[in-house]
Amino acid sequence: MKKLSVNRRTVLKGTTAAAAGLAMPTFFHSKAYAANFTNAPTGGSVTLGFNVPQTGAYADEGGDELRAYKLAVKHLNGEGDGGMLNTIKPLSLKGNGILGKKVAYVTGDTQTKSDAARASAKRMIEKDGALMITGGSSSGVAIATQGLCQEAGVIFMAGLTHSNDTTGKDKKRNGFRHFFNAYMSGAALAPVLKKNYGADRNAYHLTADYTWGWTQEESIKNSTEAIGWNTVNAVRTPLGAGDFSQYITPVLNSGADVLILNHYGKDMINSLTQAVQFGLRDKVVNGKDFTIVVPLYSRLMAQGAGKNVKGIFGSTNWHWSLQDAGSKAFVKSFGQEYGFPPSQAAHTCYVQTIMYADACERAGTFNPCGVVEALEGHKFDGAGNGATEYRADDHQCFKDVLVVKGNENPTSQFDILEVVEVTPRSQVEYDPKIFGGNLGACNAGKA
Amino acid sequence: MDVILLQLLNGLDKGGAYALIALGLTLTFGTLGIVNFAHGALFMLGAFCAVTVKSVLSMQMIALDPTKKTAWGTPLEIKTPYVEAWFGDFGAVLLEYSVPVSILLAIPIMLLIGVVIERGLIKHFYKRPHADQILVTFGLAIVMQEIIKAIFGANPIPQPAPEIFAGSADVGSWLGLKAGSVVYPWWRMVYLAFSAFVIAAVFCFLQFTTFGMVVRAGMADRETVGLMGIDIDRRFTIVFGLAAIVAGMAGVMYTPILSPDYHMGMDFLVLSFVVVVVGGMGSLPGAILAGFLLGILQSFASLNEVKNIFPGIDQIIIYLVAVVTLLVRPRGLMGRKGVMES
Amino acid sequence: MMHNLINKRDLPLFLGFIVVVLLAPIIMNPLGAGYPDLLQKFAIFGIFAIGFNILFGLTGYLSFGHAAFLGVGSYTAVWTFKLLTMNVVPAIFLSTLMGGLFALLIGVVSLRRSGIYFSILTLAFAQMAYNLAYSVLTPITNGETGLQLRLHDPRYLDNFLTSSVETSLPSTTFFGLSMSGFSGFYFCAVILIICFYVSLRIFRSPFGVMLRAVKSNQERMSYTGLNTRPYTLAAFVISGMFAGLAGGLMAVTDPLAGAERMQWTVGGEVVLMTILGGAGTLIGPVLGAVTIKYFENIFSSLNDNILMGFFSFMPEPLQHAATAVAGLFVGEGWHLTLGALFVIIVVFLPGGLMEGLSRIGKLFRRGGGGDGKKDAAAKFATPAE
Repeated sequence: MKKLSVNRRTVLKGTTAAAAGLAMPTFFHSKAYAANFTNAPTGGSVTLGFNVPQTGAYADEGGDELRAYKLAVKHLNGEGDGGMLNTIKPLSLKGNGILGKKVAYVTGDTQTKSDAARASAKRMIEKDGALMITGGSSSGVAIATQGLCQEAGVIFMAGLTHSNDTTGKDKKRNGFRHFFNAYMSGAALAPVLKKNYGADRNAYHLTADYTWGWTQEESIKNSTEAIGWNTVNAVRTPLGAGDFSQYITPVLNSGADVLILNHYGKDMINSLTQAVQFGLRDKVVNGKDFTIVVPLYSRLMAQGAGKNVKGIFGSTNWHWSLQDAGSKAFVKSFGQEYGFPPSQAAHTCYVQTIMYADACERAGTFNPCGVVEALEGHKFDGAGNGATEYRADDHQCFKDVLVVKGNENPTSQFDILEVVEVTPRSQVEYDPKIFGGNLGACNAGKA
Repeated sequence: MDVILLQLLNGLDKGGAYALIALGLTLTFGTLGIVNFAHGALFMLGAFCAVTVKSVLSMQMIALDPTKKTAWGTPLEIKTPYVEAWFGDFGAVLLEYSVPVSILLAIPIMLLIGVVIERGLIKHFYKRPHADQILVTFGLAIVMQEIIKAIFGANPIPQPAPEIFAGSADVGSWLGLKAGSVVYPWWRMVYLAFSAFVIAAVFCFLQFTTFGMVVRAGMADRETVGLMGIDIDRRFTIVFGLAAIVAGMAGVMYTPILSPDYHMGMDFLVLSFVVVVVGGMGSLPGAILAGFLLGILQSFASLNEVKNIFPGIDQIIIYLVAVVTLLVRPRGLMGRKGVMES
Repeated sequence: MMHNLINKRDLPLFLGFIVVVLLAPIIMNPLGAGYPDLLQKFAIFGIFAIGFNILFGLTGYLSFGHAAFLGVGSYTAVWTFKLLTMNVVPAIFLSTLMGGLFALLIGVVSLRRSGIYFSILTLAFAQMAYNLAYSVLTPITNGETGLQLRLHDPRYLDNFLTSSVETSLPSTTFFGLSMSGFSGFYFCAVILIICFYVSLRIFRSPFGVMLRAVKSNQERMSYTGLNTRPYTLAAFVISGMFAGLAGGLMAVTDPLAGAERMQWTVGGEVVLMTILGGAGTLIGPVLGAVTIKYFENIFSSLNDNILMGFFSFMPEPLQHAATAVAGLFVGEGWHLTLGALFVIIVVFLPGGLMEGLSRIGKLFRRGGGGDGKKDAAAKFATPAE
């Protein structure tokens, strides 16, 4: 059990001064937003709702998200070393909470189920007076919770969700996503795959049979076919199949020389482990070495696949080994607090909380419509992925994407992935219209 | 042809696994009349015996290297496993074979757990309605799961098979087909052989020993056996322990195929019940037959050629087989009248 | 006039139930559960469990597939909102109907078997429904994401009556009364009371007696030359309608329907609710539903911060220790508490929570201080066997 007593350090004086300077323009900027909105804070504190999976398959990922949230709250309240508050530019936060109000939080268990996630989010909104809901570990849950927040008139910061739909056909005005999506994975991965495996390849997809799997299959198929690859077959597998052997055996003699696993979490661990057991990586097909690709990596989950991930390409939103100032500052505060490096889920959740707080500060109000306006099109740097923008058209975050490879010579249990390329933002950008959807109007709810 | 052969082989392998997982459940069902929702949890506990053995074997001496720092500024830790430090090469071999070695640990531990559960809880429920049995064993399963989660976390933990079983066997060339056309992983073949061995052993135990005879008699008519002055209760305790051992061993050997996590038991619970019921309550041969039947059908239903004709068939094949079997044969493939029908 | 509608013996029970349900927001407030969403869930799962109890409590047929009817009810309701009108009346009517229809189809097949074979058949049907809804039936169910309302849904009936252009999603209403918040709860509460009354009448009717006879000895029943299957089928369909209604209400209070509502764990949950509260009793299933939903929503939300505040009266080292110990059972450990509760209840109170209440009631009576209210409580608790 970790000691909860905290060394309350005073705010870094430099930060305060800089932040105060940056905060000045908000006086001119803020429109008169009504004080009449859902859960308008009245006392000296403001409540955020951290809705993460605490039971079920993604409980550890949820646990890491929660650690990041707690760290973010500490930094916002001016405790600890300030983490990314010192590196993100521009930033209006002063280390005295948000708009002078101390940040408090409530937690809940999504169980990685839409119903449970919505029930938990509703409790936060109806009972605990939360102004912003964030967290989660699946696209289904993110889309369900985003819809709820839109109707209730609070802000939703999405957490870990990779489906194109979250900021595509299911996008909502009150919701934002810092995480990247399947399209960006495909766009970042394809050139690296071409460089390493050539343009003449036959790919076989195994795809988790639900919405996220389909959007990823489509995105990866499009981008690999654009570099000249041929898609031999795309087979859907039931979610949580456990044993994938009956789907792997047909791959053996299919003539394919690349297996693409559109699986996440436990499915990814099991399908990858079993594919390696079936000797796929030792095979030579069409005169080429057979390879496996895992388009979306999670370091936390990849640990479960052990040494099977070695040399396998994939993409990730962020990795703790990055050497920019923002990443280093975050890894340092997180590592000192908990003794191990943060996951990409933790990074996303941490940054989103800071960005929400900053938007309130800049807007000069907690009114969701003001926050939405402050976040739309907001550009900043120093959060780990270079220049970053929350695009106004679809509320998708655009930033550099990492292409990673399973580390051949890991030096520690956390050193599973190695970053092979930082794909610049321009290469993964797309027209917001291609995924359809409609943001609708912002909803501030009612008091 | 290759594809059909491969799927058949795969189906046999899956079937063996299903039959082994369902075996313990059939024992508790058929012999004790207990609907054991904690059976999946016992399977999971077995798998975590392997995790425990591996983590004990790979317990590491930690030395701090002050010259190097981690990314968050603390001194880097240098770790060497104790077994390797103490026993040298033998230690390394022990670590390599941690999965098979775990069987030795799993047997006494699972026996102990089984006996404690039966004496402490289950024995009070022999005369209670099935609904109560379900509630108590389900509660027990949750408690066991959560304890494992509190210790080992929620993420799957890799348990690689020993290196010599890592590759695949070229089954095709044994049958005179083109080399490399039909290959199958060694460890899965080991698992198949292991399943066959355990199933045969349990079968012989019940068929050819006095103990087994008494238990079988108890299954048929518990009261009469009791009247004959035979202490059937103690034997039932042992049967429950035996079921726990079988579930545990199945769990240990399955870890290289499926990285264990605390929730794996629940994932197998429904499946094992379906296997047992399709086979017929209380029938060991039935459970084995059903295991192979479901394994093979599931393998073929997953072929794209089949899925194109019946979309989604691989998602429901197991349940479809269960429905059809129960409608055609009221008590499953080989069930007897009157067992678990009220 | 009253005793035509209700047995005199049951009147205090029924009136007590009404009072408790209507005062629930006040009663539940000190427990931290007095907010609309959880109260709605209490009522909805209460209905689900009451319906399940008509099948299981009376006939002893243990179905693991009732989640399928819940899901069908939800999908029907959301489709009604999308295609017809945001008024909840047609949605509730149709979801009950569809729940009953599906129950009829599955019941006709499943009831050909009894005991564990019946349970597995219902489980198999529900799992097939869940797996298909999650994957290949996505055009109808919207798969993992769940079926949601959209701005440009046709809503033929609404658009026929009015021609206003909406800029935001419309909300569900009962002739203008919003179905979210406390008005949503009171809507569910009224339906819960009606369902409770229906269940009461069934329990006391000749039909109920017949169902109980099926439970005690089906074989003997069939020797009398009576075919019991129409009775069990009727019970199955009624409980399916209750489940469909509950699913419809879930969509009414929160217009989204997900496939996971059909998963066997949800079907298992209602089994646990019923047994935990006391199968075959009138109040028990509602009590079980409230208990499980309370754990799921309140225990899971307690974190170290809250615990530290809770134990703040202790000296600091003790406070940390108490927080550490309690932390194992709440927050991410709430499953552990629930599992332990199942074991403890079923070991010490074979009749579920209702037996606990009845024992407390007896204790008071024996102590001589039994007032009328406790007497009534004891009476509710008598298993209806």
